[in-house]
Amino acid sequence: MTRLVLLGLLACASIGVAAEIPPQDRRSGFEFMSPQTQAMQSEETSNPGMLWVADGERLWSEPQAPAGKSCASCHAEATKSMGGVAARYPAFDEETKRPIDLMGRINQCRAKRQGAASLTYQSDELLALTAYVANQSHGMPITPPADSRLEPFRENGRAWFERRLGQLQLSCAACHDDRWGARLGGSVIPQGHPTGYPLYRLEWQNMGSLQRRLRGCLVGVRAQPFDFGAPEYVDIELFLMERARGLTMETPAVRP
Amino acid sequence: MTRALVNVPKTAKRGEIIEIRAMIQHVMETGYREGPNGVTLPRNIIKRFVCKYGAEEIFSAELFPAIAANPYMAFSTVATESGTLTFEWTDDKGATQSASAEITVT
Ligand code: HEC
Ligand code: HEC
Repeated sequence: MTRLVLLGLLACASIGVAAEIPPQDRRSGFEFMSPQTQAMQSEETSNPGMLWVADGERLWSEPQAPAGKSCASCHAEATKSMGGVAARYPAFDEETKRPIDLMGRINQCRAKRQGAASLTYQSDELLALTAYVANQSHGMPITPPADSRLEPFRENGRAWFERRLGQLQLSCAACHDDRWGARLGGSVIPQGHPTGYPLYRLEWQNMGSLQRRLRGCLVGVRAQPFDFGAPEYVDIELFLMERARGLTMETPAVRP
Repeated sequence: MTRALVNVPKTAKRGEIIEIRAMIQHVMETGYREGPNGVTLPRNIIKRFVCKYGAEEIFSAELFPAIAANPYMAFSTVATESGTLTFEWTDDKGATQSASAEITVT
């Protein structure tokens, strides 16, 4: 058995393509956490991410100058209008003719439809609004849309996932497809599913976006990370969401 | 834009032990860390937390720089009478943030 696995790994390494995780073995990063961290996430009262969700709920109905419109003016109750939305993002954006992630879409509504200043990916406001919107999909399965216009971008995301990166010359797949469950320093390598974003990371002592997480992994292999908002992240997310199809949305998750 | 979340059972029987939880959004900056420009970030922490049940103080805590951001506290008390629980956090600058919750005791 061991020999087979090793042979498999070598074969993969030589052609540069890692073995994908079979659907029945796909598991959220939640499963790799300590019982204490799991409890922190599962209990709404102890999950720090809920502070941002609560803030997002407030922002949702706060009118913005100059149009004087709030998100609620157009979308009414988020509990009804936003259910399942995060589970099918990124989606194709007619305006830019390319995929847009949930944060980008919310920012677009803010700038175009509220006439307010765009928010940065690291701002508490955008994290709060996105956490609130994504929380409306909590417990729902990830269901990427069947939209053929997304395909080339998803394939680009896959290519990034399989490419060797940085000074360490490791691909995302080398860790998240081939070595998940193994230890890297103090942490267990998860499968790398984007099920819980934005999420609260204990190491950050803060809420953060998927892009912040991906930057961390890029820096980890000593690659130059893309800037926040770069299209590469959205393409990678498209691929990650397809790879996580059927897993449950957990926003706001907690991670070590 | 500070947020606080408190959790108190809505109802309880007189004499019952109830669990209370409180969490506040706060950086808890230790005063020992350097910012991106190499300059030490000024200390900014919550120093004191107090919970009152009606007029009576039932729980208080002094907080220190080693405590994680967004401090979370859980403690218990005995349900004595219907009323309001108030929560107050005071930071280094003396600013306070408060929250409250009602309980009905039968
Ligand atoms: C002036 C009206 C208006 C305002 C204000 C507005 N939106 Fe929108 N929003 C729209 C329209 C129109 C769409 C496009 C609907 C569609 O494509 O089905 C949209 C789309 C969205 C979507 C994508 C929905 C989907 O199913 O893909 C999200 C998420 C969203 N808005 C969030 C927000 C948030 C958060 C705010 C406040 C910061 C906001 N919107 C403010 C009108 C508005
Ligand atoms: C050297 C191994 C390694 C490489 C290469 C790597 N990662 Fe990671 N990744 C990790 C580890 C370890 C964690 C968990 C960190 C922790 O919990 O402290 C992680 C976490 C993640 C997560 C978060 C999962 C969750 O449950 O929230 C995602 C998503 C992710 N990685 C995607 C990627 C992508 C995309 C790439 C390529 C650009 C990549 N990673 C490259 C090791 C790696």
